[in-house]
Amino acid sequence: MNSFEIHALKQRTKDIIFQVTAIVGLLFAVTVLLLLLINVFQDGWGRLSWQFISSYPSRKPESAGIIAGLAGSFFMVSLAALLSVPVGIGAAIYLEEYGKKNRLGKFIEINTANLAGVPSIVYGLLGLGLFVRWFQLDRSILAGSLTMSLLIMPVIIIATREAIKAVPQGIREASYAVGATKWQTIWHHLLPISFPTILTGIILAVSRAIGETAPLITIGALTYVTFLPKNITSEFTILPIQIFNWVSRPQQAFHENAAAAIIVLIAFTLLLNSVAIILRNKFSR
Amino acid sequence: MNMRQMPALETRNLNLHYGTNHALKNISLGISENFVVALIGPSGCGKSTYLRLFNRMNDMIDGVKIDGDVLFNGKDIYKSNLRVEHVRKKIGMVFQKPNPFPKTIFENVAYGLKVNGVSNKKFIEETVEKSLKQAALWEEVKDTLKKSALALSGGQQQRLCIARALAVEPSVLLMDEPASALDPLSSSKIEELIYELKKKYTILIVTHNMQQAARVSDKTAFFYLGQLIEYDDTKQIFINPKEERTQNYITGRFG
Amino acid sequence: MNGSSTLLPVSETTEKNRSPFSFSREAYVVTREKVVHAILMLCALVSVFTTLGIILVLLFQTIEFFKEVPIINFLTDTQWTPLFQDKHFGIMPLLSGTLLTSLIALSVSVPLGLIIAIYLSEYAPSFLRKLLKPFLEVLAGIPTIVYGYFALITVTPLLQNIFPSLSGFNALSPGIVMGIMILPLVTSLSEDALRMVPKGLREGGYALGASKLQVSLSIVFPSAFSGIVASVILAFSRAIGETMIVAIAAGQLPNLTANPLQPVATMTSYIVQVSQGDTPYGTLAYNTIFAVAITLFIFTFLLNIISFRLRKKYFSMGGD
Repeated sequence: MNSFEIHALKQRTKDIIFQVTAIVGLLFAVTVLLLLLINVFQDGWGRLSWQFISSYPSRKPESAGIIAGLAGSFFMVSLAALLSVPVGIGAAIYLEEYGKKNRLGKFIEINTANLAGVPSIVYGLLGLGLFVRWFQLDRSILAGSLTMSLLIMPVIIIATREAIKAVPQGIREASYAVGATKWQTIWHHLLPISFPTILTGIILAVSRAIGETAPLITIGALTYVTFLPKNITSEFTILPIQIFNWVSRPQQAFHENAAAAIIVLIAFTLLLNSVAIILRNKFSR
Repeated sequence: MNMRQMPALETRNLNLHYGTNHALKNISLGISENFVVALIGPSGCGKSTYLRLFNRMNDMIDGVKIDGDVLFNGKDIYKSNLRVEHVRKKIGMVFQKPNPFPKTIFENVAYGLKVNGVSNKKFIEETVEKSLKQAALWEEVKDTLKKSALALSGGQQQRLCIARALAVEPSVLLMDEPASALDPLSSSKIEELIYELKKKYTILIVTHNMQQAARVSDKTAFFYLGQLIEYDDTKQIFINPKEERTQNYITGRFG
Repeated sequence: MNGSSTLLPVSETTEKNRSPFSFSREAYVVTREKVVHAILMLCALVSVFTTLGIILVLLFQTIEFFKEVPIINFLTDTQWTPLFQDKHFGIMPLLSGTLLTSLIALSVSVPLGLIIAIYLSEYAPSFLRKLLKPFLEVLAGIPTIVYGYFALITVTPLLQNIFPSLSGFNALSPGIVMGIMILPLVTSLSEDALRMVPKGLREGGYALGASKLQVSLSIVFPSAFSGIVASVILAFSRAIGETMIVAIAAGQLPNLTANPLQPVATMTSYIVQVSQGDTPYGTLAYNTIFAVAITLFIFTFLLNIISFRLRKKYFSMGGD
């Protein structure tokens, strides 16, 4: 073997070592995910029952349930989506179709990118200072929803912008060329064409909202609630806070409750995420 | 030169900048009604930019600055209080790549009427039929009007786009290399169509195809590096150009 | 078809009998455009007001806090005990806890994420990439509270087999789990950056007889470096701001230590701790969370801006 061949062999070996490392790394990530799921299911599956889903929390772990958290999460997230979807889409349209050239647009763009990276707990303090205290909404569902809507708005804005940006320029030109106004072009063409992608973004944002815990702890959502929310001014709890409460206790039985509630939470978020991913793969090119 | 009547389209001392790039340099040009004018020149010479001035399509591009007059029937379309949507309705445009909306054939043609506030159903149906006939597409699609426009072939799509432009009754048609993205057969169909349309419309067409320019146009303008080098009867330009640069371009020495 | 009459809209020439109001359509359309523009701008401004709101709320309470606690104490004191009798207000233990857990997270997610990203962009067959991308997204979609449970209930006992001195609450376990949590972020952003590198550069390397690994490491990786750095910085920012994992598994004990086996408190877990308790609003102890939050905000803000700039510059460079 000459030195060239030795060199080539060395390179090939390194190449293979790298690939093996990468695959081991991937397997590691997959294993961790599986381990997480298996563990949660092992711990919680036994507790999952209609009784568990339909009961209020209790001091006795075996009779406790998640109905208050489920209901609170459902109302809080629905209202948050209702608030942030129209505003987020509107903001995205402005940034993409109106504000691209001006300073305000560029400033808002940086601002939005930054907001997307602000820790969720900081939104919680914003909600506490602004909605709970200043607007005196107290620890109501409305205060929680408003806080959460601000938190997921950057996600919706960024997803919608990407979706609108992906509409071919030719469609805009064609519409303008027959005398359509800007809003007509947006309403008749850009929004319908980008709708599936926007929907994907909304679903991901909702999924994120369902799993968020910290900001609602900060605004003071309760941990022990034995009633269903009656209206938007009711006090409430959410499923993740219920889980947090149970995890924080030392008793093994409460940990099992937490695991069972996590199964429910994961079922929701994974379902939404899968729908979003399928939707996107179906409509992208 | 026929300069008795007011030109349908005219620019006077027109300059256009993209940021620091001086894309059109001091262009004065008049186009009479019902004439077909071909804009020729090498890529990047400014001919497409010039075309897009007349329906204000350059407005959408960042950092464009326009000085000088752009007149349509004697009115400045940038400085007067004409709404840009009106200008675009009266000055239709056909693009290089067919760009039908992802809607039905009927909706594509009717769209211009819809956005201009027409809601009379019968009038819309008549106009759609008339426009598709003018665009020589009616016979091929009259039974599939409710089908998606995206199912049409490239050549058919381009004729659909022409029908769409005609439906709002423009008086001018701007065509930006309308046949360049098509196969030769579809291309010659479009050319025949232009020949028909020139009876009713003033047409401004950008083309890279010298034969096409010679065949369809009455007058030809040669652009080079943002300048209007020569503007004359097509015959004159192709047989006996005054400028050497024109001569070099049309004989294929550069471009 | 001559003169100015050609400029009339269709509605006026062809639809005289349609509606008695058609003459006002012009005005209606123009007004509608203006109203829509204003509404959309207002929507966009909500994002500005949000930032403004965050800054004002945090600043307002923080000023209250600094009226009672000198800023120099806040920055230099080595103890953080606002909830005890002997009160100290040094942010350092919280900072060290935050940095410790974040650095552990990065030391898991950055090497792993980069190797996977290079593998996905340079080696993996497209079917594998199509399979793995959604998997990574699923991983990213799991709520952090679930990761917190995982860290406390599963990972800590596992690690105790390896490190017998590991306490039940510690920095190591939540750090590692946080690393898994931000792995998808590092991987997918880095992969985006790697795939932006023009094919021609790679071909240039291959043409010289370089192996795939040589091309990946000596040509592709350096070309994508600023894009990759942007993704790492963003991951760092995410780790600093992550709350529930550390709140559950790190122990909420402000501890100025670099020992990952001990319990620590982070800035975020401290805020959770106070929010959960019954500390009355407006008290000094309560105001501490705003002072901590503003510190947290400044850190993440700086990191986000740097990352955004780098990314923007990198992607616009490759764009044309």
